[in-house]
Amino acid sequence: MDPNPRTLFEKIWDAHVVQAETPDTPAVLYIDLHLVHEVTSPQAFSLLRERGLKVRRGERTLATMDHSTPTLPRRADGSWPFVDRMAAAQVAQMETNCRDFGVELHGLGDPQQGVVHVFGPEMGATQPGMTVVCGDSHTATHGAFGALAFGIGTSEVAHVLASQCLLQRRPRTLAVRVDGALAPGVSAKDLILAIIAKIGVGGGTGHVLEYLGKAVRGLSMEARMTLCNMSIEGGARAGLVAPDDATFQWLAGRPRAPKGAAWDAAVTAWRKLPTDAGARYDAEVSLDASRLEPMITWGTNPGQGIPVTGRVPDPAAEKDAQARAGVEAALRYMGLRPGQAILGQKVDVVFIGSCTNGRIEDLREAARAMKGNRVKTRTLVVPGSHAVKKAAEAEGLDRVFKEAGAEWREPGCSMCIAMNGDRLEPGQYSVSTSNRNFEGRQGIGGRTLLASPLTAAAAAVAGAVADPRRMVEGR
Amino acid sequence: MDPIRVIESKTVVLDRVNVDTDQIIPARFLKVTDKKGLGKALFSEWRYAPDGSPRPEFELNRPEAQGCQVLVAGDNFGCGSSREHAPWALVDHGIRAVVSTRIADIFRNNALKNGLVPVVIEPAVHAKLVARPGQKVRIDLDAQTLTLEDGTAAKFPIDAFSRFCLMNGVDELGFLLQQEKDIAAYEARRGKAP
Repeated sequence: MDPNPRTLFEKIWDAHVVQAETPDTPAVLYIDLHLVHEVTSPQAFSLLRERGLKVRRGERTLATMDHSTPTLPRRADGSWPFVDRMAAAQVAQMETNCRDFGVELHGLGDPQQGVVHVFGPEMGATQPGMTVVCGDSHTATHGAFGALAFGIGTSEVAHVLASQCLLQRRPRTLAVRVDGALAPGVSAKDLILAIIAKIGVGGGTGHVLEYLGKAVRGLSMEARMTLCNMSIEGGARAGLVAPDDATFQWLAGRPRAPKGAAWDAAVTAWRKLPTDAGARYDAEVSLDASRLEPMITWGTNPGQGIPVTGRVPDPAAEKDAQARAGVEAALRYMGLRPGQAILGQKVDVVFIGSCTNGRIEDLREAARAMKGNRVKTRTLVVPGSHAVKKAAEAEGLDRVFKEAGAEWREPGCSMCIAMNGDRLEPGQYSVSTSNRNFEGRQGIGGRTLLASPLTAAAAAVAGAVADPRRMVEGR
Repeated sequence: MDPIRVIESKTVVLDRVNVDTDQIIPARFLKVTDKKGLGKALFSEWRYAPDGSPRPEFELNRPEAQGCQVLVAGDNFGCGSSREHAPWALVDHGIRAVVSTRIADIFRNNALKNGLVPVVIEPAVHAKLVARPGQKVRIDLDAQTLTLEDGTAAKFPIDAFSRFCLMNGVDELGFLLQQEKDIAAYEARRGKAP
């Protein structure tokens, strides 16, 4: 056995230390890939201008637009239907910044534009063993490739633009072991909602999660991205899945992936990344995947999830006063009754998309439930990128959605964050495949129930929360 | 950034757990390209009625909360997104320290870069702060103590480097840029590796 066994996290961390941390100073950590979008970068570029600094490594910086961008097509006159002048100005500023500082931008109208965490992997930019950052908390997504990926604030965006480094204290590690296999109709989204319900929305604070076990190994890359994406909703800045053949097959041939002999050398190096036998984690939790049901949230944080066949909790059962007040406030906001069944809860809007569930497999799952049915709710299907949109249209998924009465949109964050005009009205209930059910997240007064694409599509067809396993039985 | 040594202020207490960044500043205010003036959007949904008038019952709107520089909040404050607009809005409103039993990682990092002091304390001390809103507290960054009105002095952890930056009013970017030689050497080393 290796005399000095290390975890996947430790191997990546060690390989990127420019200066080791001391009690007085954090480590200087090198960043391999910096993804940039229009919302969290303008003030960082302004700081560079103020100080006369350049982007140190343009080739390690890659930009797109997703948050403020419309998901309706370009108008006949060629203009974009921005929600307001501020959104248009933010997008224009992004174009100026990328041009002035020499950053590769895939903006509106570009065939590769998409939600930044869908786009980065599709470009082959995200690779095993890398450090990846972005001014966006769902950067955790890229951990699906065995990359140490985490969200940063705008000051740190400026730090990375100017120095290609970050000052970081080494986080602790938390192993999340998932044994067994997911039952039919139960997806990675259900798994991560169950994990967050178990550890709590602050349970991962200060930790990097590594997802292990048979159930995780059996997940596709799309599913691993869904799993890692919501690590932040458990308070962890990053989540990791060790790279394997599935990872390499998914990456091969993508625009920024190594080619030829460089590819072979890269794969050889990537095979050494998984955690060594005998390596220790700071903490560990485990779940049995075979016991999981489709999950749905009832409250105002992503940890407030229950099986779709379950009941909304009763605050009276909470012993801790602050926790009880939290449940009461969430029920009040959501307009739900203690102990009520969540099945049959009326739904006004269904949103299928986002960096959590806006990939081709997600759209296939949604189409399974919608095929040959009519939706009873307003239903938005928003592909995560133009590449996803193209692939879905090639498979005829767009027709399934349109024939069911759903809206088939252009790529973007859309109703996950409701910055671009796609939003709920006050009091409306949505079943959403996105990642956050915070108060007002999908529009002022909107009420969000988070679920998988299959469960969301089943809700669209039923007009209410439904058990998707019944809907797809026998299909 | 102005150096910070001691913050003495009355507290405003927001006794809610898991206050996320979407509550601190809703996403529709993130379409700005600068960071000024976000204080008016702070806690927007909780602070204002749909017609834009202030909700008198909201903690930060109460007369006794005016001018308070120390926000005491429930566990896991600042969870959610990476938007630095959250500390920008708090600072613009006049808040200089956030006290909780747990503060989310990215929010804490962002706060430290904007002269907003994150103070994490034990539940017993926190309970005393919640029990008596508006009490005068003293945060001493040098001693790393939070002193309550009754004289209770609680130690709080803070990264030594961040503390140095706060106390001297320097930002981290300057430090990072001074490491250029090491960064270039690292890149040269990595470039040669297989």
